[in-house]
Amino acid sequence: MSQGTLTKKDFVSNQEVRWCPGCGDYSVLSSVQSVMPEIGVPKEKIVFISGIGCSSRFPHYMNTYGFHTIHGRAPAVATGLKLANPDLSVWVITGDGDGLSIGGNHFIHAIRRNIGLKILLFNNKIYGLTKGQYSPTSNVGTKAKSTPYGSLDRTFNAVSVAIGAGATFIARTIDTDPKHMQETFKRASEHNGTAFVEILQNCVIFNDKIHAPVTAPANRDDNQLRLIHGKPMLFGKDNKKGIRLNAQTYSVEVVEIGVDGITEQDILVHDENVPNPSLHFLIGDLNLPAALGVIRSVEIPKYEDEVHDQIKHIQELKGKGNLNKLLKGNETWTIE
Amino acid sequence: MNQAAPTIDKQGQEVDKVVIRFAGDSGDGMQVTGSQFTTTSGIAGNSLATFPDYPAEIRAPQGTIPGVSGFQIQFGETNVYTAGDDPDVLVAMNPAALKANIATLRKGTTIVVNQDAFSDNWLEKAGYKTNPLTDGSLNGFRVIEVQVTKLTRLALEDLDLDSRSKDRCRNFFSLGLMYYMYSRNLDSTKKWVQDKFGKKPLVVEANLKALQAGYNYGITVEAIPTFVVKSAPIEPGTYRNITGNQAVVLGFIAASEKSGRPLFLGSYPITPATDILHELSKYKEFGVITFQAEDEIAAICSSIGAAFGGDLAITTTSGPGIDLKTEAIGLAIKTELPLVIVNVQRAGPSTGMPTKTEQADLLQAVYGRHGESPLCVLSPSTPSDCYQITYEACRIALEYMTPVILLTDAYLANGSEPWLVPVSEDLKPIQTKLLNPAEHQDKPFLPYERDKKLSRQWAIPGMAGFEHRLSGLEGQENTGNISSDPMNHEKMTAIRTQKIKNIQNIIPKLEVEGPSSGDLLILGWGGTYGTIRSAAEEARKQGKSVAHAHLKYLNPFPSNIEEVLRSYKKVLVAEINAGQLATLIRNEFLIDAQKLNKVQGQPFKVREIKEAIDSLC
Ligand code: SF4
Repeated sequence: MSQGTLTKKDFVSNQEVRWCPGCGDYSVLSSVQSVMPEIGVPKEKIVFISGIGCSSRFPHYMNTYGFHTIHGRAPAVATGLKLANPDLSVWVITGDGDGLSIGGNHFIHAIRRNIGLKILLFNNKIYGLTKGQYSPTSNVGTKAKSTPYGSLDRTFNAVSVAIGAGATFIARTIDTDPKHMQETFKRASEHNGTAFVEILQNCVIFNDKIHAPVTAPANRDDNQLRLIHGKPMLFGKDNKKGIRLNAQTYSVEVVEIGVDGITEQDILVHDENVPNPSLHFLIGDLNLPAALGVIRSVEIPKYEDEVHDQIKHIQELKGKGNLNKLLKGNETWTIE
Repeated sequence: MNQAAPTIDKQGQEVDKVVIRFAGDSGDGMQVTGSQFTTTSGIAGNSLATFPDYPAEIRAPQGTIPGVSGFQIQFGETNVYTAGDDPDVLVAMNPAALKANIATLRKGTTIVVNQDAFSDNWLEKAGYKTNPLTDGSLNGFRVIEVQVTKLTRLALEDLDLDSRSKDRCRNFFSLGLMYYMYSRNLDSTKKWVQDKFGKKPLVVEANLKALQAGYNYGITVEAIPTFVVKSAPIEPGTYRNITGNQAVVLGFIAASEKSGRPLFLGSYPITPATDILHELSKYKEFGVITFQAEDEIAAICSSIGAAFGGDLAITTTSGPGIDLKTEAIGLAIKTELPLVIVNVQRAGPSTGMPTKTEQADLLQAVYGRHGESPLCVLSPSTPSDCYQITYEACRIALEYMTPVILLTDAYLANGSEPWLVPVSEDLKPIQTKLLNPAEHQDKPFLPYERDKKLSRQWAIPGMAGFEHRLSGLEGQENTGNISSDPMNHEKMTAIRTQKIKNIQNIIPKLEVEGPSSGDLLILGWGGTYGTIRSAAEEARKQGKSVAHAHLKYLNPFPSNIEEVLRSYKKVLVAEINAGQLATLIRNEFLIDAQKLNKVQGQPFKVREIKEAIDSLC
């Protein structure tokens, strides 16, 4: 049972992990297992729910309650579970195809309701399990099995979609940095409401190194914007580069401290908590450097609380239901 | 009312059964009129059944045929099981209502029309070239022309209301007139008006005045005939009216209370199932969670999530909605979670005729999923029976850890009948498969370990030490661990199939009304019960050897079904589809079942079944 202090090992299931050697999913799994003993929730109250795809095998590898459901529907299943039992810590494991294509509707509506799910989206910009077709997050021109001449559809930015749906918590992390992943997952677990985390994950087989411009160690300085609440958005070697708001072009731009009279005063200071999501959108939409860390974190009521509060309120008002009274209804007549 | 109600001095003619059809524009309040007449007749002790028939459009163009809304009631002093084939009285509030119904009327039928609505303008909207009230086309009918609009306005002359609001009371004038014709008491409707519009005293007064004015008009005008329908030999007790959809809701709440599992409904609006969502949403005092999901798929998936969490989880839908839920039903079958799926069948395919009834989803319910995916299918036979059968669906789902499809239909859902109010103490107990952690401390836990019935245990998140993973992927016996071992898959398929077959052990035997063997058995299922029963009784009165059996358990069938079927020389399967139950029966028993089918979005008429009987014996 779950007495005593838990360690990472307690969260490792007895199932053999079946991802391709070198797949980014391994390090995500390991980070999630590492962070679980620290989130302050008893093991039996943690549930992992997934859809279909490579990453969706995840629940089988967690020694918690889990549900490997059907393609795209994990947020809907998780919503029902969370409403049935708001005490549970419910984690949704999804991918770019599962969450943003076939399950796009459930993804946006879970976020819209601000139900307390932790949604981890493994974005490898490709369909892996079906052996390599382009996905909604694939770069335009992706040559994959179903697009031998290059994909034509525009690319979804997962963070932008989440902002559009009204997300109260958005973060982005990378499969090459376990420490960053763990910090991010911990923050997600602490959030009240839907916490959305995009993980840039490498599919070594069908889309190898697609995130390398961001995630490769050599690019860490120049192509990663590590967001810290209350701190200026500086990056690059010696923190000489920064992000400035350009009101003329309605966008943010990369500038260099000391060039053209730019000082640290010109650099945007990250504020996770600001209610208006416009800047979070601009930051999240940056291509290079890619914004990593908690992009947005605001508090509004959680859907599951409101659902149960409403029930409580009605029960206080009307008293607990009486079945025989209900069966009788309001209008009866008697035959003698 | 300030004036004393006049007394009736005419003696009504006694009749044993009457069918009245109220028809008007969809904004004319015909459903309210009909349901008021229903309650009043129930109170008068009549046996009765009703059928509302509304247009698909919320507000079709006024005065046109597609905008006609109807409500039919049959009430009588003998047992009435259907709303009746054809009306004895048609109340037509406008030309369109007359035109939409005239083809179904027998000569001699009484037609009460609102004469004021037969102006050139309204005649044209209904597609009449000449006025049927004057061109002789209604010769042979007993036409009673009443200036309903004018008389209603006159009755409400003194009230400080706009003319639109006054005209809205026309239906109550007509209702009052019908109450007079059938010697009914106004009290129940008066009370209803008070309760319904209590906050708007003027509206209360207007409706009450219109009602009384219609009644008084009957007294004053010599030409209005009056009838008396005596009370039926009905089991004593307290009665209420109930529609199929309401009864479904009560069945769910009862099952939740009895099983101790909180009720969770995941649903998405769709006609004609939406009323179940509306109705259940009112009962938060029972702790019910009603979740209006983003789509049909999310509706069932949220219910599956709630079932995983230990709730009595249900989902309600109709027509296209059930197609969308199909994949998720397979998940509930594979993961062996309790779930009740209500399909209020409507005419298909595709969008079909959303408000019209049909029984054409039976094969889909039994077979319509990829892979070998058996589940339990039930169908109630009357509006009030929806209560019992819904409860049964929950009991089976919870005791056998399986999804159950409950097939009702638009006719059952909207039809209403008087219901002898039950008490919860009479319900069978429900023994859920919820795991008791205390009993399990020493044994290793296997999520798919089974009892004798082959049901697995229901360990839910929050129970320490029973952490396990469910998956749509095929799983090893007992452990549920992912497996694509060929022999295991075959074994699991057999186990899942046998589990559903085992339900046969707890369901009642198929009962027969009429001789236990003989010339002909009519086999029906679902909302056709009353019609088939009426036709079979009629045939037996004529000395024919005809029995009627009605299936409520469609998968698995009751254990004695084959024996019953083989006790008759001929079997006729009557259903509102192109022959789906007949296909199942022929397939399973190699019995040469005859078919009687109707696919018009309308229920059978007693006459149609009787004609089929006559052609066979
Ligand atoms: S196909 Fe790609 S994403 Fe899937 S397991 Fe292999 S490497 Fe990982």
